[in-house]
Amino acid sequence: MPELTSRRGLLFGTAAVSAGVLLAGCTSNESDDEPASNDQPAADDKKGKQVTIGFAGPQADHGWLNAINDNAKSRAKKYEDVTLEITEGSNDTAAQIGQIETLINKKVDVLVILPADGKALTQVGLKAMRAGIPVVNLDRIFNSPQAYRSYIGGDNFGMGLNAGHYIGEKLKDKKNAKVIELAGLDNLELTKQRTAGFDAALKNYPNIKKVARQAAEFTVESGQAKMSQLLQAQSSFDALWNHDDDQGVGALRAIEQAGRDDFLMVGGAGALSAMQAIESDNSVLKATVLYPPTMAASAIDLARALGQGKGISGLAEFEIPSSLTLYSAVVDKENVKTYLPTGFK
Amino acid sequence: MTQPVSPPRDDTPKLSSQAERSPWRAVVARADVRTLSLLGVLAVLILIGGITKPDEFLDTRNLQLVLTQASVIGVVTVGMTFVIISGGIDLSVGAIVALASVWATTVATQDFGFTGVLFTAVLVGVGCGLVNGVLIAYGAMVPFIATLAMLASARGLALQITDGNTQVVTIDGILDLGERDSYILGVPPLVLMFAVVTIIGWLVLNRTTFGRRTVAVGGNAEATRLAGIDVRRQRLYLYLLSGLCCGIAAFMLIILSGSGQNTNGNLYELDAIAAAIIGGTLLTGGRGTIVGSVLGVLIFTTITNIFALNNLQSDVQQIAKGAIIVAAVLVQRRTANTT
Repeated sequence: MPELTSRRGLLFGTAAVSAGVLLAGCTSNESDDEPASNDQPAADDKKGKQVTIGFAGPQADHGWLNAINDNAKSRAKKYEDVTLEITEGSNDTAAQIGQIETLINKKVDVLVILPADGKALTQVGLKAMRAGIPVVNLDRIFNSPQAYRSYIGGDNFGMGLNAGHYIGEKLKDKKNAKVIELAGLDNLELTKQRTAGFDAALKNYPNIKKVARQAAEFTVESGQAKMSQLLQAQSSFDALWNHDDDQGVGALRAIEQAGRDDFLMVGGAGALSAMQAIESDNSVLKATVLYPPTMAASAIDLARALGQGKGISGLAEFEIPSSLTLYSAVVDKENVKTYLPTGFK
Repeated sequence: MTQPVSPPRDDTPKLSSQAERSPWRAVVARADVRTLSLLGVLAVLILIGGITKPDEFLDTRNLQLVLTQASVIGVVTVGMTFVIISGGIDLSVGAIVALASVWATTVATQDFGFTGVLFTAVLVGVGCGLVNGVLIAYGAMVPFIATLAMLASARGLALQITDGNTQVVTIDGILDLGERDSYILGVPPLVLMFAVVTIIGWLVLNRTTFGRRTVAVGGNAEATRLAGIDVRRQRLYLYLLSGLCCGIAAFMLIILSGSGQNTNGNLYELDAIAAAIIGGTLLTGGRGTIVGSVLGVLIFTTITNIFALNNLQSDVQQIAKGAIIVAAVLVQRRTANTT
């Protein structure tokens, strides 16, 4: 997997170098204290203390979630000192609680949990922490900071924000511009955050008005059905933001079937098919806002470092941060080559 | 038992006698108050759509759109109607659609072409139907349980085949069927397929021994058996028929969405059952019409369309959908009692 190699290089190789540069830079400043001269050594590729990581995720019935599992597995395989214990994914809260309790009983060293529902799994996160197992909370955040040692996840609000800004910049010279939104599953918290971010960005562009919003279900089928209705309802508009590239396959199909090309479309998540469409530039899809599944690989890195009692390189901190929120980069024709290797099927 | 297969309920249409006298009169007689009330509901919906969004709703393209969206679930509902009339239930339809669509798209990505995809989708559908049928007819399993087991395992298998990925189809011949260029006299091919399945379904139910036996099994299985009809084989055929419809629907869904995904056909079982019930099919078996079921599907699709055109959010949509199911069934009770 080339993307992992390059990313790994980014995280550990170049980061180590830049840490060195940073150190040099710091020492040349007034302060002569050597910051982070590492009582706590940073985790690196060298074999260290053996760590067993328990991984509990939801059912991978969706492209992005499947990529999450793949990223976690292949990352863990790279380390000789990591054993990964994976539970069967489940979208059922009760079942997932049971699986995590099993991992606690097995006395794994560190837990990585991507909960089907963050709020509902807070209690079992607390239970693990009380049992002395540090928890890396992946993507869907627990209710209480006590339930995890470290959080890593995407920025749903930021996705909406960046999509809104991208569309805003494209349409800023257009009078009375109209945009529509094809949202994801409305009963998920993340959908509300994506919409809130989008609305917040659009406030900066008084010439743009959001005229319609429909929620689909993150599936191709629902994307096709909802998009064809939206196209019928709105005889003309200038831009569309679609929350998810999987349902975007269906949405693009509906757009093609309706023979429409009078607007620009921005997707979300960063699926391979979306990036390829952006690269070939032969459809309305002009950009997608990332929600990188590589966060699962990073979660494994954090868990390993926690298990070995090390910090992470590239930062002056002794300890692993309690929270890491990833950036929702906008991928368009200009930079798609860079991101293409991270696209998921 | 001197009287063989007597129609179990008074309101069961006496097909043979009426049909012999005058086929047209039989049709009119069968278009009873129940069907008329469904047409009334549909008319009211069309009126609401026309008033709230005259330009968008009463547009030819919107009509094409509504019918296209109704086609896939419509074909599933025709099969479901047969099963429910026989006193059974098929909870696995959505899962079979998912499995058939991902299997067929797996074939598609390996470039077996148009017929390969169609053949695979139908074959997988029939295969699942066969398993359901054998379990229910010869394994004496309750339909609810047997098809529930099929629901779980077919969904699991679909997930396993796709590995959670969306399988995009690039075969032009298939994709073209969903494009506007291939509309025949303004009718999308998917709608034509739906119409053909509906007409065949109507003929089979109302004009064949198979149809009469289906009604008889649902009315009183024991009496039917004593009348010398092989009830088990009849049941087997019915689940095969439902599976066949799912296979066809899966192929249609591939045309519509250009892909196969393990989440395809989500909750189709409930939509199909709801449409059949609204259409006047008795959940206990023995009564039901294809026309009623198709009207049920059209009512649902029209509602969804009107909601989307008026930009109503999904929460409102769901609440209203529930209310309309209750209202439609209550209205039907009323009209049924007064006849």
